[in-house]
Amino acid sequence: MKITADTTVCIGAGMCALTVPQIFDQSEDEGTVVVLDETPPAEQEAAVQRAVTLCPSGAISVS
Amino acid sequence: MSELTYPLARQRPFDPPDELAELRQQAPIHRMTYADGHQGWLVTGYAAARAVLADPRFSNRPERMHPPIPARLDLTKEMREQFRVPPGFFLRMDAPEHTRFRKLLTGQFTVRRMKQLEPRIEEITGACLDRMAASGKPVDLVQAFALPIPSLVICELLGVPYEDRDQFQNDTKVLVNLETKAVDAIAAMQRVSAYLYGLIQRKRAKPDDDLLGGLVESGELNDEELTGVAFLLLVAGHETTANMLGLGTYALLTNPDQLALMRDDPSTVDNGVEELLRYLTIIHLGPVRNALADVEIEGRLIKEGETVTISLGAVNRDPERFPGGDHLDVTRPAGSHLTFGHGIHQCLGQQLARVEMRIGYPALLRRFPGLRLAVPPEEVPMRSDMSIYGVHSLPVTW
Repeated sequence: MKITADTTVCIGAGMCALTVPQIFDQSEDEGTVVVLDETPPAEQEAAVQRAVTLCPSGAISVS
Repeated sequence: MSELTYPLARQRPFDPPDELAELRQQAPIHRMTYADGHQGWLVTGYAAARAVLADPRFSNRPERMHPPIPARLDLTKEMREQFRVPPGFFLRMDAPEHTRFRKLLTGQFTVRRMKQLEPRIEEITGACLDRMAASGKPVDLVQAFALPIPSLVICELLGVPYEDRDQFQNDTKVLVNLETKAVDAIAAMQRVSAYLYGLIQRKRAKPDDDLLGGLVESGELNDEELTGVAFLLLVAGHETTANMLGLGTYALLTNPDQLALMRDDPSTVDNGVEELLRYLTIIHLGPVRNALADVEIEGRLIKEGETVTISLGAVNRDPERFPGGDHLDVTRPAGSHLTFGHGIHQCLGQQLARVEMRIGYPALLRRFPGLRLAVPPEEVPMRSDMSIYGVHSLPVTW
């Protein structure tokens, strides 16, 4: 799994950082998504998928 | 012409109107007649609601909206100008205008920032509970607990003196009351704006180390815009969580097994808060959007200019997404509820609300293990007349 994030679309709701804090954080200034690990370990994949679904602005995607 | 009008009357305190469940069973989206005769739409299905809220072809600008219910019908053409969205009130703007304001604020409401507030929120909660214990019983839980906690927190965060709360709490009630006349709503809006404008001017003269002070310092916004931002954050910051704490406690008191889990099992609390948000869906009306172009949703063509009202209460009970969702179950995976909205307007303060509730419910229930209603359940006055649902008061004893 590879995570892609688009900070221009991100509205800083924080759902990703709330759901998988090991993989997602928010920047200090704008609160937009920061991906801590673009290729998450297998055991995190389901949680990452949940974060993608919960994201209100479609700012994160996985391939 | 559709015979359907927006149903608001609830048969039971915690459930959305029964008509909505019947409609949802038939289809996710329906033609509906608006208060001005407009033929628009009503959404009751979860997937359809997400699709509308995430789609930039739907506007949130109030001047485009047809009224789903007969409220503020005394609004005249001349008053419409006064009733316009104040500068800075970015909830009712579309992108990219909205983006500029939102981006200035998102850094202040991150998961991490809100976590840093936990010790202070615990302190505020503890102090409220101490006062409640000392006050003698019964007490109104809204006045003793549900309202002061989020009010104090948002005031401190923004830098609004809590002693000034009479300047905005009553007017907030006027503004969210569905029966308020337009003329009274305008007056209330003007009073709160005048107060906040004065506050911004004082911060301009003497910089403060709080959110509004920081925004003043940043030089990004003029005083009118700052007033609109402050207005939005202040109203949204106390009225919403206050009603979740009040109505949530009422729901738990009438579901003792669920209450016991929230009180005794710390691992249940985070999810339990999501379930209460889903089950109670305190957004009593809307959100409402207007199509900027022809858009197809779930096989129905919504034409440019048509208004769509989403019943979040119905959506959050959609059995396709939440099987058995008419029951409160604090162990159910409920995280994907739409109570905070979806799309670019999803609640900016949601992580603050979560922290307040994750601290508030268990602290209350542990401090008063014998907490119970002080009146028969049917005597609890419900906020059926407000756009934010909840309890007007909640008499409790222990």
